[in-house]
Amino acid sequence: MISAISVGIGILLLALALWTVVVRDTFAAVAGFIPYGLLLTLAWLVLRAVDVALTEAAIGAGLTGALLIRAASRLHPTETAAQAETPGLATRVAAGVAATAVAVVIALCLLRLPDPAPTLAPEVARHIQATGVGNPITAVLLSFRAIDTLLEAIVLLFGVVGVWSLAPDRCWGGRPGLAQAVGPNDILVYLARVLPPIGVVIGIYIFWVGADHPGGKFQGATVIAAMWLLVMMSGLRDAPPVSRRWLRAVLILGPAVFIALGLLGAVMAGAFLAYPDGWAKLWIIIIEAALLPSLAVTLVLLLIGPPQRPEVSP
Amino acid sequence: MKTAADVFTIIAMLAGLFFFVAGTVGLLRFPDTYTRLHALTKADNLGLGMVVVGLLPQAGNIVVALKLIVVWLLVMLTSSDVSQLIARAARRQEKRS
Repeated sequence: MISAISVGIGILLLALALWTVVVRDTFAAVAGFIPYGLLLTLAWLVLRAVDVALTEAAIGAGLTGALLIRAASRLHPTETAAQAETPGLATRVAAGVAATAVAVVIALCLLRLPDPAPTLAPEVARHIQATGVGNPITAVLLSFRAIDTLLEAIVLLFGVVGVWSLAPDRCWGGRPGLAQAVGPNDILVYLARVLPPIGVVIGIYIFWVGADHPGGKFQGATVIAAMWLLVMMSGLRDAPPVSRRWLRAVLILGPAVFIALGLLGAVMAGAFLAYPDGWAKLWIIIIEAALLPSLAVTLVLLLIGPPQRPEVSP
Repeated sequence: MKTAADVFTIIAMLAGLFFFVAGTVGLLRFPDTYTRLHALTKADNLGLGMVVVGLLPQAGNIVVALKLIVVWLLVMLTSSDVSQLIARAARRQEKRS
């Protein structure tokens, strides 16, 4: 039964991947990519990797999908011109050879994996007691491999800086996105009033159960970010100007707390990002709680794009 | 008792699957955006509702059962709103052309 489902998901995944690559229309490719992400979520669930499935659904399908839809609608005016251009035969052959070579190398690597695959899972299971958390994924992300998570958060911050740097000079420091004109009795306004209280609770819940069950700050932050975006899209609250100091403070709060505790660990426990005995759980909770708002704001700012309206001084 | 619950689950899930299949057929066969949305909301509301009702006896404890119901209510809330937004966007496009 499970293998029938796996084969079905596998075939659909390949078909959707092929569609996404082959189709000429950008929007159609995006429309193929989003269900591809959702199917990938199912694939992770079949493999019992619930944490990865949650992340794939939230970031891979949801957030990336929304980003790509925005990109596709921005590219729409130039699309016919881009499609009219056909690359020369040499370019196409070179691209085909390069892509085939990469696929062959990856396939060879997969086929030559030792059996059983090398794993650190028993090591994690042996030492998870020391971290005080029950979910091995959280233990890996915030204790054994905390440096990866720290760098991830910083990379996202650089992403925001990159998006902001696309702003034209006269809009610098202004509000991102276009002004939304939505009527007060619009259904979107209704949804933006009803859904966020529920969504914020669910986001914090996902973040909180991450200690012992699948969940965590990334997935929780995505839900919270979606709620804020909904409020902005409905026009209930405008996006804040990117020059606001509180906005920038929230952006760097998570990485700053992470680095500060890492340095404190260097003093108290002898290594950067090491936790002193008995304090691991508390420090992990502090870092996660600081990262949650930073990640939520970062994701919102990544999605809403560069500043497009100069700030009008009141 | 256990068998009765299982039979109930199977019947409710089959009913849910019927609505999902009917909704998908409608999505593929109906002529325009509005009727397609009509077919989709049947799948979302009734299909998912029957699946959730079927899963309730298998949930094991009350918290899981409540979570299932909350998922159904949230999907109903958002899917009805989103289908209205899509229908309005479609109507705007028709007016323009």
